[in-house]
Amino acid sequence: MTSHSVSEGNVYDDNVYDAITEASDDARWAFGTGFSDPLAGIDTTVPDGVDGADLAAYSLMLADDALIMSHRLQQWCTNAPELEDEVALANIGLDLLGQARLLLARAGAADGSGRDEDTLAFHRDEHEFRNVRLAELENGDFGELIARLLVFSVWRLALLARLTGSRDTVLAAVAAKGVKEVTYHRDYAAQWLIRLGDGTDFSQKRAQAGLTEIWPYVAELFVAGPVEERLAAAGAGVAPDGLREEFDQVMGQVLAAGGLAWPEVPERAGVSGQTGRDGVHTEAMGYLLAEMQSIARAHPGATW
Amino acid sequence: MTEGDRVTQGAAVGRARPRAVTEAEARPNARAVTEAEPRPSARAVAEAVTDPELPMLTLADLGVLREVTEDGDTVTVAITPTYSGCPALDTMRDDLVHDLQQAGYGPVEVHTVLTPVWSSDWISAEGRRKLTAAGIAPPGNAPTHRDGGTVPLTLSLPSRHVHCPHCGSADTGLVSYFGATACRSLYSCCTCSEPFEHVKEI
Repeated sequence: MTSHSVSEGNVYDDNVYDAITEASDDARWAFGTGFSDPLAGIDTTVPDGVDGADLAAYSLMLADDALIMSHRLQQWCTNAPELEDEVALANIGLDLLGQARLLLARAGAADGSGRDEDTLAFHRDEHEFRNVRLAELENGDFGELIARLLVFSVWRLALLARLTGSRDTVLAAVAAKGVKEVTYHRDYAAQWLIRLGDGTDFSQKRAQAGLTEIWPYVAELFVAGPVEERLAAAGAGVAPDGLREEFDQVMGQVLAAGGLAWPEVPERAGVSGQTGRDGVHTEAMGYLLAEMQSIARAHPGATW
Repeated sequence: MTEGDRVTQGAAVGRARPRAVTEAEARPNARAVTEAEPRPSARAVAEAVTDPELPMLTLADLGVLREVTEDGDTVTVAITPTYSGCPALDTMRDDLVHDLQQAGYGPVEVHTVLTPVWSSDWISAEGRRKLTAAGIAPPGNAPTHRDGGTVPLTLSLPSRHVHCPHCGSADTGLVSYFGATACRSLYSCCTCSEPFEHVKEI
């Protein structure tokens, strides 16, 4: 290794293996896993007129949506129908994981608990997760995946676009970056749903069945709870009931282009009216968390 | 070997030589080290740190370096993430600390700056030249989003022409919008039949 001359070889000679021989650089033992606070050096003061606990609860909702949806996308690795889609789903999952990290860190800073992203992701129990149930549903076939990814992205993009005006500068910045990313997530899912809908009889049936499967969980996306209403009133959050018009318009455009029907299925009610935002989840959530949290819980306090 | 040659040329012309400071220990870097100036400025060191995933680019070329301030031996560097989930950010942070300390600076703090968000428009002209030399097509102009408004849906491929970095042809096709890293798409050239990567417009 040491015989390599950086100036005479090509730039790839200066690789991670050279670097890990330097004892002071532990982070290099595994590329990209030297996790540090994603909000390092950023002012996380809670803005005037905004309740810190509310801001944390709201950040957790948006973080958990991204974290759990990312996990479901990660489960598609080695299962996608084509290599290009394998890469696409992994990329989309990575973007959402990045958004989740920033939002989890924002939650831990806003409520004054100082809980870091790992504590929040791996050491909360099911009833403490605030994601919408749509994100946690058991993975189905590719038609179901595309239907779910489209619904999730259309809704999240509408939300993030409005959140760019948040009085909380951290949420506004995370949203501004997220808008750019979720825009191409939505395009990917929309193009695929049209391709499936406008393809063969079989692909059309699978796409329509995918929509029918996830549609019972769509109404929940637009229910504004008390935290969201208070944050919206304080100019720091977005009340999701205002997103329905844009959602219907964009979904209508995609369904029409793909020759697909608007699903007519009843809403899946919560338990005593409580759903994902209240910490009341479907059966699938426990299995998802068991997998996602098992390593961190088997080795509490471990760093890598 | 033309691929490797191109990369080497691209790296040697600019300040992209990786580990420039480490190398300086054994063989003092003629550019930065003189008798009167025992160490290069913190900015010069920070600017020469390379991107771990696009090693032909320095952080300055990539446009992620926001601010470098020196206070005695202490250096504070502000960098901005390219994509929310880009794992290279942590490595950039480590490389900045490492290279600045190797150059003789003391405590190094690396801050993240989230606003305004990074755009591929911030890649410098020099950076674009290096990307092309390494066989990666540089980005065109980034789309603009109106804050708070409805983002239009794109259902067809953009009509933008991506030129082949190998033969220069504009007759190229998108193979996959998503590539090996968050910032790259896959294309192929219809003229010379070579596949190539393209840095996404964002």
